[in-house]
Amino acid sequence: MHYLTSKEVQFLELKANQIRQSIIEMLVAAGSGHTAGPLGMADILTLLYFKVLQHDPKNPTWSERDRLILSNGHICPVLYATLAHAGYFPTEELLTLRKFGSRLQGHPHRTALPGLETSSGPLGSGLSQAVGMALAERIDNPYSSKYIYCLTGDGELNEGQVWEAALQAGKEKLHNLIVIVDRNGIQIDGYTKDVMPLEPLAAKFEAFNFDVQEVDGHNVRAVNDAIGKAQAVYSQPSLIIAHTIASKGVDVFERDFRWHGNPPGKGPEDRVPKDKQAEVALEKLRTLAGIIAKEDIS
Amino acid sequence: MLAPHLDKAFDTKDMQKVPSRNGYGEGLVEAGKRDKNIVALAADLTESTRTLPFAEAFPDRFIQVGITEQNMASVASGMAAMGKVPFIASYAMFSPGRNWEQIRTTIAYNESNVKIIGAHAGVSVGPDGATHQAIEDIALLRVVPNMVVIAPADVHEARKATLAAAKYEGPVYIRVGRSNTPVVTTAESPFEIGKAEVMYTRDESLPTPVGIVVTGTLLYNALKAAQALEAAGIGATVLHMPTIKPLDEKALLALAEGHVGIVTVEEHQRAGGLGGAVSEYLSEVAPIKIVRVGVDDQFGQSGEPDELVEHYGMGVEAIVAAAKKAV
Repeated sequence: MHYLTSKEVQFLELKANQIRQSIIEMLVAAGSGHTAGPLGMADILTLLYFKVLQHDPKNPTWSERDRLILSNGHICPVLYATLAHAGYFPTEELLTLRKFGSRLQGHPHRTALPGLETSSGPLGSGLSQAVGMALAERIDNPYSSKYIYCLTGDGELNEGQVWEAALQAGKEKLHNLIVIVDRNGIQIDGYTKDVMPLEPLAAKFEAFNFDVQEVDGHNVRAVNDAIGKAQAVYSQPSLIIAHTIASKGVDVFERDFRWHGNPPGKGPEDRVPKDKQAEVALEKLRTLAGIIAKEDIS
Repeated sequence: MLAPHLDKAFDTKDMQKVPSRNGYGEGLVEAGKRDKNIVALAADLTESTRTLPFAEAFPDRFIQVGITEQNMASVASGMAAMGKVPFIASYAMFSPGRNWEQIRTTIAYNESNVKIIGAHAGVSVGPDGATHQAIEDIALLRVVPNMVVIAPADVHEARKATLAAAKYEGPVYIRVGRSNTPVVTTAESPFEIGKAEVMYTRDESLPTPVGIVVTGTLLYNALKAAQALEAAGIGATVLHMPTIKPLDEKALLALAEGHVGIVTVEEHQRAGGLGGAVSEYLSEVAPIKIVRVGVDDQFGQSGEPDELVEHYGMGVEAIVAAAKKAV
């Protein structure tokens, strides 16, 4: 773990932009799936797979790898795209998402695709699995430098099992567990503040004996620093509330909960007609990539 | 005739009565000694599920999860992903009763090497009443792909099932009972996952033979029923089927071929359990009359184990009556 140079930040932002473009292409090819969450988490997944995780795409079952558990399985397009861009499997395969016979199931199937640590989809189970991994690692190797990262959604925190797992993580003082909450404020039925309010969220996890930080989930330098600090916490599990913007990167889709479960071509039409949604999204992302590439990082 | 490997004290004053859950406790400690990767989890029911001896012998490999059965199933899945062989124990009503989806997704679909122990199965839980009497659990897990389902007959078989599950790679469900159960088998009786055993051989001179297929702690009642049927002039074979899934199809087919009718016996709902599995299979390959003994679409209630088993139609007389109906 180290601080990111400006060059590294630029690399990560460009990589995340490519991953976002892949996500749009995958969703369009699939004709169904989730848009808001995957676009919103692209920066964090890119940071993890291209900078933070100890892993080896050519040896996905390497025993010394860090583990990344995606608890909110429905945002798997971003995980698949990141895995492919990181070299786990060919990027061409991304277009098979949700198709019959594909290794890229609508929700992740652990044994189907290299790089997946769990099967997920039904919400709220990932944190328990991460707790189990962190516990097992501690039994075998109390001085391990392996980390177990668990990504969860914010709507997902409605699930009771999350709080069962949080009790367990706090009880066991799992310092090797780092949870990142995608706090995008939306869930299928609306804004989280209306469907089932979560605030004060940081205080809730602090009360469960977590070390809690809040960051801008699109500032890769800030997220990287937060992960570095979380790794330095030895007496508690860590949780990072990453404030993200749903559909980040495509401004005409951003912040709108109606993009939660629709692909481009089937989303709300107030800002872009359905038949233009894919094209507009890709154009916006390419424009952004051009701006990032031109940034003076000297 | 009783199988020669059964306990010689059968039905004598020396016959022991011990809860089958004790066999889990013994088997788990034994398995733990053989394999350091075995870990045990309990959800605030460490003593009554008989996890306590393991927790005392291997405190570093015991995880107390509190009253969090859903969490327990998925924590176990995570531990299995790191190479552990987790055994999770609670009452069957709570695991798999409450955490069925976690078992389906994070254990079975994940192909996690987790062993699930459902204690206090059946109405023989007794005084605790219907909320604590799991009579749906075989059905719940029999329909889940990748899952092995075992209902041991007694303490010896529960011990052997635990040891076999520890060696088997993949998810296994073992249901055990709370109350004192006649010890019918011995430490030497054969046990193999997926294999049924003939525990009572019929008198071939008697006409209209009936095959009794039984799982779990009602084996004693099934054997008693076979003796009563024989005395009444009806030959009866008892096929004990501790593994409900995978079903020992070969043994069932052989039974169907040599008998006029079949009775299934289990301490479970008549729907979806052993009776369901046997009916589904035989109706396709060797149609035969099948009468299912079990709880008939009801909830249990408080009472003493034996009186509840009688009341809900799983006593020796009920099995005899079912056998007469089947032939």
